[in-house]
Amino acid sequence: MSPILFELLLRSIWETVLMTAASGLISLVFGLPLGLALIATERGGIAESLWVNRALGAVINGFRSVPFIILLVALIPVTRLIVGTSIGTWAAIVPLSIAATPYYARIAEVSLREVDRGLIEAARAMGGNRWTIIREVLVPEALPGIVAGFTVTLVTLIGASAMAGAIGAGGLGDLAIRYGYQRFETSVMIAVVIVLIILVCGIQWVGDRLVARLDRRG
Amino acid sequence: MNQHITASGDTTDPTQARAEASQDVVRLVELKRRFGVTAALDGVSLTVRKGEILGIIGRSGAGKSTLIRCLNGLERPDSGEVFIEGREISRLGERDLQPLRRRIGMIFQHFNLLSAKTVEDNVALPLKIEGRPKAERLKRAAELLDLVGLSEKAKAYPASLSGGQKQRVGIARALAARPALLLSDEATSALDPETTRSILALLEDINRQLGLTILLITHEMEVIRSIADRVAVIDAGRIVEEGPVWSVFADPRSDITKSLLGAIRPQLPAELAARLLPAAGAETILRVDVAGEAASGPLLSDLATAVPGAFRLVHGGIDHIQHQPVGTLFLSVPGSDANHLADIITFLKARQARVEVLGHVAHPV
Repeated sequence: MSPILFELLLRSIWETVLMTAASGLISLVFGLPLGLALIATERGGIAESLWVNRALGAVINGFRSVPFIILLVALIPVTRLIVGTSIGTWAAIVPLSIAATPYYARIAEVSLREVDRGLIEAARAMGGNRWTIIREVLVPEALPGIVAGFTVTLVTLIGASAMAGAIGAGGLGDLAIRYGYQRFETSVMIAVVIVLIILVCGIQWVGDRLVARLDRRG
Repeated sequence: MNQHITASGDTTDPTQARAEASQDVVRLVELKRRFGVTAALDGVSLTVRKGEILGIIGRSGAGKSTLIRCLNGLERPDSGEVFIEGREISRLGERDLQPLRRRIGMIFQHFNLLSAKTVEDNVALPLKIEGRPKAERLKRAAELLDLVGLSEKAKAYPASLSGGQKQRVGIARALAARPALLLSDEATSALDPETTRSILALLEDINRQLGLTILLITHEMEVIRSIADRVAVIDAGRIVEEGPVWSVFADPRSDITKSLLGAIRPQLPAELAARLLPAAGAETILRVDVAGEAASGPLLSDLATAVPGAFRLVHGGIDHIQHQPVGTLFLSVPGSDANHLADIITFLKARQARVEVLGHVAHPV
């Protein structure tokens, strides 16, 4: 591989890591509260409101049913509004975040639902309010699942970020398509695949270690 | 069994005198709650007196859980009133219930400890909810863990504890905010008999040492027998029987009470019960229930002296409940002499025993 290609590879790694990390962080910040809102508003939840629950569910399902490549294009006006441009790595973070947030909200919802209702009842019996229940019971008890779900979301984002090359976002996927596939640079293709495997394994390993440390359920 | 009973020396109703002088901690008036077509509570009125242990017993589905949850507003009655320390709470909003719930500790069948928190943080949680400073919380948690005998487990996580230890943590946590009332929701039902005994002993200790009022629900008469001062029997959402434990045990009125007592009281051996005939036979089987003086005196030797002729003790025993002897004896009277049988029954009844002719057997046991 030529030094120029190698430099391109390094830049692509950085772009992929940036897109994944930024949109991952955004999906965590918005997805977890959304997951909590889904759990709180469902029947028998701590802030039961079926109307809100159904509305949130519909919006989440709406975003999740659109294939990412279409979302990428459809969201161009939104991206332009937020970032000022619809092209490049930063522009790709907008559709990636918007796709990953409802995805992560559903994963967080599943983990939060597994928290024993008896624990919520115990916190209520102690005189705890909703905020106490969220802070002391729901989030800490579901934390291993919340972290494991975040790991899954990051890995999914690495895959999705490859498609962001379609709007000139760069990244490893873009590199593999343009050089590996279109220019028959097999060495680039192989290098990209190896880097992706290392990235995914690394994220999964860190996630698994974190979950093991957090899980006190014995 | 309880200190105040020995101290008062009052044999008729040990809790009466003390309770009349003080305020009722809980008073329920005609509580009703329906779930769909079934009435979980169908007009329950009940009081819990300061310092007593009241046991509510019933089969599963009798309405016990709904009842206990009405006391801290986890469940709302459709109608009726719930007074806690004189204040009606059944119409209070969630926000007004929160400070009230801090006055009421609760322990659960499945302990409900937070797995992500250490033992000490679990115990301190009610104080954290109250907004107490950390140093105070940890000091109080240490005191309570000492009280329940788990000081060395302060930094452990609940998953590493046995069931009995978990319930001790649950009890420590329920006591953290110095409640006026402790609710126990089948607290020993998931524990083995030996652990059950130690948890009940702890609850009794707490009742005695701290003067804490305890309301417990259970389906096990043994729990009632060991620690309750008074018992209320609930069936299909109604209180069918209520009174001091020893008197309910000595003279159960309702079928449900009799059947719940069956598990811990002497029963006619099954092989004998199967041979009982309604018509006269070689022997007559009597059931004799005794309590108080009749159970503590030399009843059987007096009977043998007063009424000539044979009888045999087939089965039975005397138990001590709240320091009151309560027992059931099964006697077999041979022969077809009706006068002999009548003499025995007359003698026993004169000694305050309750006598029931269960039937006859064709030939001796």
